[in-house]
Amino acid sequence: MIGVLASVIDGVLVGSVYGLAAMGLTLIWGVMRVINLTHGAMIVLGMFIIYFLAKATGLSPYASMPIVVVVAFGVGVATYWIAVDRVIGRPILMSLLATFACNMILIGVGTALWTTSPYNVPVSLPGISWQGYTFTGTHMMAAACAGLIAGLLYLFLNHVRYGKAIRAVASNREAAELSGIPTRQVLAVTFGIGVALACAAGALIATLFPFTVLSGSSYQLKSFVVTVLGGLGNPAGALLGGIALGLIEGLATPFMPVSWTPIIEFALFVVVLLAFPRGIFALSRA
Amino acid sequence: MNTNRLFLVATAALLVAAPALAEDTITIGFTVSQTGPLNNDSVSQMRGFELWRDEVNAAGGIKAGGKQYKINFASYDDESQNVRVQQLYTRLIVNDKAQFLFSPYSSGLVATAAIISEQYGKVMLTTGGAEEKTYQLGNKNLFQVYSPAGQYLAGALDALKEKNPKAQVAFVYKDDPFSKAVAQVTRDLAKRQGVNVVLDESYSPSTTDFGPIINKVISAKADALLGGGHYPDGSTLARQLYDQKAGLKWVTLLVAPDTPKFAELGDAAMGISVPSQWAPQVTFKPDFGPNAQELDKRFTEKYKIGAGYHAAGGYTAGLLLQHAIEQSGSIDQAKVSAALNKIDVTTLFGRTKFSNDPKEHGLQIAHAMVVGQWQKKGGQLVKEVIWPSAARTADIIY
Repeated sequence: MIGVLASVIDGVLVGSVYGLAAMGLTLIWGVMRVINLTHGAMIVLGMFIIYFLAKATGLSPYASMPIVVVVAFGVGVATYWIAVDRVIGRPILMSLLATFACNMILIGVGTALWTTSPYNVPVSLPGISWQGYTFTGTHMMAAACAGLIAGLLYLFLNHVRYGKAIRAVASNREAAELSGIPTRQVLAVTFGIGVALACAAGALIATLFPFTVLSGSSYQLKSFVVTVLGGLGNPAGALLGGIALGLIEGLATPFMPVSWTPIIEFALFVVVLLAFPRGIFALSRA
Repeated sequence: MNTNRLFLVATAALLVAAPALAEDTITIGFTVSQTGPLNNDSVSQMRGFELWRDEVNAAGGIKAGGKQYKINFASYDDESQNVRVQQLYTRLIVNDKAQFLFSPYSSGLVATAAIISEQYGKVMLTTGGAEEKTYQLGNKNLFQVYSPAGQYLAGALDALKEKNPKAQVAFVYKDDPFSKAVAQVTRDLAKRQGVNVVLDESYSPSTTDFGPIINKVISAKADALLGGGHYPDGSTLARQLYDQKAGLKWVTLLVAPDTPKFAELGDAAMGISVPSQWAPQVTFKPDFGPNAQELDKRFTEKYKIGAGYHAAGGYTAGLLLQHAIEQSGSIDQAKVSAALNKIDVTTLFGRTKFSNDPKEHGLQIAHAMVVGQWQKKGGQLVKEVIWPSAARTADIIY
């Protein structure tokens, strides 16, 4: 019983980081109806930025997070202008292909630069032990950071003028344009924020587990599941969805071989899609 | 007409003469995992090959049948992937005209390379591959340098039982041909010996989050853990076991703790034991070639890092091939294969003899494993040999 509780708590801690990753994906979808297939590559980018920063400066990875966010924002805005801007409003397949192409380019360049060998960001924090189980300091810190960033995003979207502009564009782009909001700029900024969230999540994941250039795909897959669980276009829902996924993983693993966990995740994915048939590609904004 | 004919004759003469002017070489083909998860161990193995080649060529080459053959390597990056191994071994044989082959590193890749080498009837010395199944499929030209998987953890289990016969053992291992073969054979052995097995779980090769499995190990109240896989998952598992204070008194992991790089884990590496094909401290008296300490010294001079068993295995593969060629006096496949079949020698690696039974041709039947354990000596992490007692350099830490 205690084992199950420990597993659930650990699942929730890690799940909040997955939720943070999914927030970037869902924000971009919600505002500009683009499925960002560079999401996985951006998560990996965050991992590598934090790795090189930690190596070069010897700073704690948590102290370097603001730098990761700023750099990632810049990369996101650049990606928007280069690849995404011209396919906004066009058939969904075009933006899918554009971001997919970007993804391939990023991974190709990454493999050429860093090969597919595993990398590690060594972090050591004291954990909390309870009844024989230990919750590592890194897990708790990562969950705390994820919560903090999510909280900041919430404040931004609801209480800062520019954040409200983003929500306006998400709601109705033409009306927002007519109200004097520079919608194209807003889309670029939103893409930048979405990528920054993905990179931040990547940086946090790097403090927990080793990674390679190809790690992004599994986290991208998790992000899709979380996004569907939490409701498309809803960042708060994404965070909760991540926590829910972590909860489910934590509940399942004590009772079955750990390698069955993906089966549970994706069965859930299918069930949610069946129960809410609007699905990922729904164009109606009801 | 006359000048044309003269020209043709002259060219023909040159073409015939040219090979005679060229140096006699033997081309050995193999792939290395320069990228991918098997990178660390595979490159160590390659360095063993290269050290052997450099020493042989510096001494003038292999002497056989009145000729001296220099060694030439043809090698590619297999990216730790089966698909690449398949393509590249075909290329090595067909395009690069490799006369003999060394295997890639890791049982999974060796199995794939073996299919190709057997298809073309080429002699292949396999290193870095312990899974027995590869040799039970009716091969004619495979020769296994390593001890087979079934023997890997037997020594570690004996060492554990010496310290605590009532230990509760958890088997946690990677889901790949090698680790599964080792774990399952050992688990059955443990059950037959009356050891209490409290957990038996495999994890996917790409696992980086061992939290859930470690929680299960704690829930099962295990005292000892046997398993692991290769370097990336093994080192991550070791680190996370330490971070999560799993409270295990005995941890034996495959492969990972046996490379010098494992010491980078610091305190997380303390007490972790590893079954090893070889350790630099072993005291075998070789029939030919350097002894273990000599090899370690030469390797360290060249690569600035100690030799682990992957490198020693690579070097030994070269030594054995050289010996077979010298004994048979030729580089003909059938003759060298026959010479390898007859071998029963001791090298720095230990005793080597290949099975001639067609049901398991090439299986290594004479080599014995040792168990190493990371201990603190004078404040530094060192790997000591703790099993078998005859080869022990330090006491077992439990």
